[in-house]
Amino acid sequence: MNDAPGGLVEQSLYEVRKTIHPRAVHGWFAAWRWALVWATQLVFYCTPWLQWNGRQALHFDIVHRKFYIFGLVFWPQDIIYLTVLLIISALSLFLFTAIAGRLWCGFACPQTVYTEIFLWIEEKIEGDRAARMRLDAAPLGARKAGLKAAKHGAWIAFALWTGFTFVGYVTPIRELWQEVLTLSTGPWETFWVLFYGFATYGNAGWMREQVCKYMCPYARFQSAMFDKDTLIITYDRERGEPRGKGEGKGHCVDCSICVQVCPTGIDIRNGLQYECIGCAACIDGCDQVMDKVGFPKGLIRYSTTHAMEQKLTRAQMFKRAFRPRVLLYSAILWAIIIAAGVSLWQRVPLKVDVIRDRAAIAREVGDDEIENVYRLQIMNTTEQPRVYEIRVSGLHDIHVAGAQRVEVDGATAHMVPMKVRVHVEREHLRPGTYPVEFRVSAVGVPGESVREKSVFIVR
Amino acid sequence: MSQFTSSFWDFYIGVISVVSILACGVLLLAQSKRHVAGGQAETTGHTWDEDLGEYNNPLPRWWMWLFWITIVFSLVYLALYPGLGSYAGYWKWTQVGQLERENAQANAQFGPLYEKFAGQEVAQLAKSPAALAIGQKLFLNNCAQCHASDAAGSASFPNLTDIEWLWGGTPEAIKTSIAEGRLGIMPPWGTVLGEQGVKDAAHYVMSLSGMPADSIRVARGKELFAKTCIACHGPEGKGNPAMGAPNLTDNVWLHGRSESQIVQTIAKGRTDQMPAHKDLLSPSRIHLLTAYVYSLSQPQK
Repeated sequence: MNDAPGGLVEQSLYEVRKTIHPRAVHGWFAAWRWALVWATQLVFYCTPWLQWNGRQALHFDIVHRKFYIFGLVFWPQDIIYLTVLLIISALSLFLFTAIAGRLWCGFACPQTVYTEIFLWIEEKIEGDRAARMRLDAAPLGARKAGLKAAKHGAWIAFALWTGFTFVGYVTPIRELWQEVLTLSTGPWETFWVLFYGFATYGNAGWMREQVCKYMCPYARFQSAMFDKDTLIITYDRERGEPRGKGEGKGHCVDCSICVQVCPTGIDIRNGLQYECIGCAACIDGCDQVMDKVGFPKGLIRYSTTHAMEQKLTRAQMFKRAFRPRVLLYSAILWAIIIAAGVSLWQRVPLKVDVIRDRAAIAREVGDDEIENVYRLQIMNTTEQPRVYEIRVSGLHDIHVAGAQRVEVDGATAHMVPMKVRVHVEREHLRPGTYPVEFRVSAVGVPGESVREKSVFIVR
Repeated sequence: MSQFTSSFWDFYIGVISVVSILACGVLLLAQSKRHVAGGQAETTGHTWDEDLGEYNNPLPRWWMWLFWITIVFSLVYLALYPGLGSYAGYWKWTQVGQLERENAQANAQFGPLYEKFAGQEVAQLAKSPAALAIGQKLFLNNCAQCHASDAAGSASFPNLTDIEWLWGGTPEAIKTSIAEGRLGIMPPWGTVLGEQGVKDAAHYVMSLSGMPADSIRVARGKELFAKTCIACHGPEGKGNPAMGAPNLTDNVWLHGRSESQIVQTIAKGRTDQMPAHKDLLSPSRIHLLTAYVYSLSQPQK
């Protein structure tokens, strides 16, 4: 700020970001966060290495538009399942946010998880919060340069491994590893390893809380799902104030631990703020201090606006979790999960498209038959070769001319030209369109059968 | 911009674009600072819903740099690409140019696939499964719309799988049909022959391919045929591939076998056109298509 004429102060609307060095914290919620870090990252880094039926268990083969998920092979036509997955994710976010605020942000979001990992690396190399702040303030010397280089080196190595794993879902990871060893990755593989690695390094190393504050749309619209019975991280003002030590003071000893541990650099004692990602680090920090000074835990705790205003007991507060909004979200969520499960269970691993030749309307064959031509796109979505039998029904004496069986390799599509004939006596079959139905069934595999409608034209 | 008759509009658009971009920069400079009375810097001073204040939370500095980057980007873009009125841009980029570049790329990539078959005889290619697989794809993309995906044709569109050919079934004739197209014209004879004459001729033609016909009309039709039809269809009705006149003695009827259809053909005439494909498909693609079509009428082993 600079003084300007007229007693006014010039103020910049942009500022250089102040680096936040959150103090490491231990406790119940920190343990949960680390449990989720391990759970999500073990899944992320390990599953590409699993094998299934002689191929990668989780393989999103974008080039061939086949998506292998353990025993299932999804085709682009199965996009509905992706839609359902996204709906389930969205409803889960609504539900958990309505119950307990930004649970996702605080415990499971990749931004939080990777920041946690990067902070751990940072602490191992540069030391704790105080040491890091001293290091930042110190002039650049050999020790500082060495520590910074070591930290960024470790971050970049970890980020590149993350990028490599990410691409390993698309290119089989064992092949990709061979390509990396021989430096023969393709241009897009190289780009995505570097891009995803760069994003990890940049977001978890440099951007950190700025991603949540300035970029993330979820952070903003989650506020719309809060109500007065939503569990939020709350400072018990009544118990805490006035701050300080000694006679006549509240329980808050003003040690500022809650501010030091905050990854977004806010003071939770000012109440709920949009920067709060609900990580509960301040709860862990405050509880430790309360233990030391001999006050009961929970000066900062999960509570609700209503519980604070109306002085509800814990039991009364948790009972409010079963409010209509939460019950409705839960009901819809379970309905969709069950419907998706049943649909997956009953999914027939065979798809058929019937494409009628448009211009060649109908042709006369011999003296007394009419022929229509179709192309059948038969997609075998199992991983074994199948022989399919093709039948057609819907008109008297309708039949497929020529071969009625076709072999299709596993996980491939086959285009089969198909002539269908009807024996006509002119008086009985007038010109017009007639609905017919193709039935394609796998020989020797009961249940693998699909019906597809089309029309037969007589002229 | 050639649709504008006056160059005024070129300048109009160019000036507005540049001035708007520069104005964004001026706005950014003007709005990056403000002057407040000392001590009141905590909130912006805006109040909503009676008591809802807005904290002054400055954006990070790098955010402002993003704005400057977009301004620089837009100026660089306008220098390189067309956008300022009729100025073509440093790189002289056009949609047509890009299409041609991509076509050239695709031809360079896929051309060898076709070229490797270009040196072989059609009769040989017709026995090569690899060539036929490509030929079939070409056929489905370019020919199946009329000739049907099994190449057996439809009314007015010839069947390519039988041994009867309007214009000849040699590899050379097939290739000419695809590349140059064909125009087959049967002139209308209704006014010349009269209603009864047409019907007589139709019955004679039916008798040629062994269909049941009225013997009196056949006898009269035969005389009419000898006067009118033999010029193209030949004295025995065997047709003439040089002008696409069909053989009338086989049992192939391009426009339908019924008496009424044959009467219609004679009375009103027919005009059928096979479009030329030499401008649409490269010679090596036409070569493969020829092999595929040729293979369809070869006896199966």
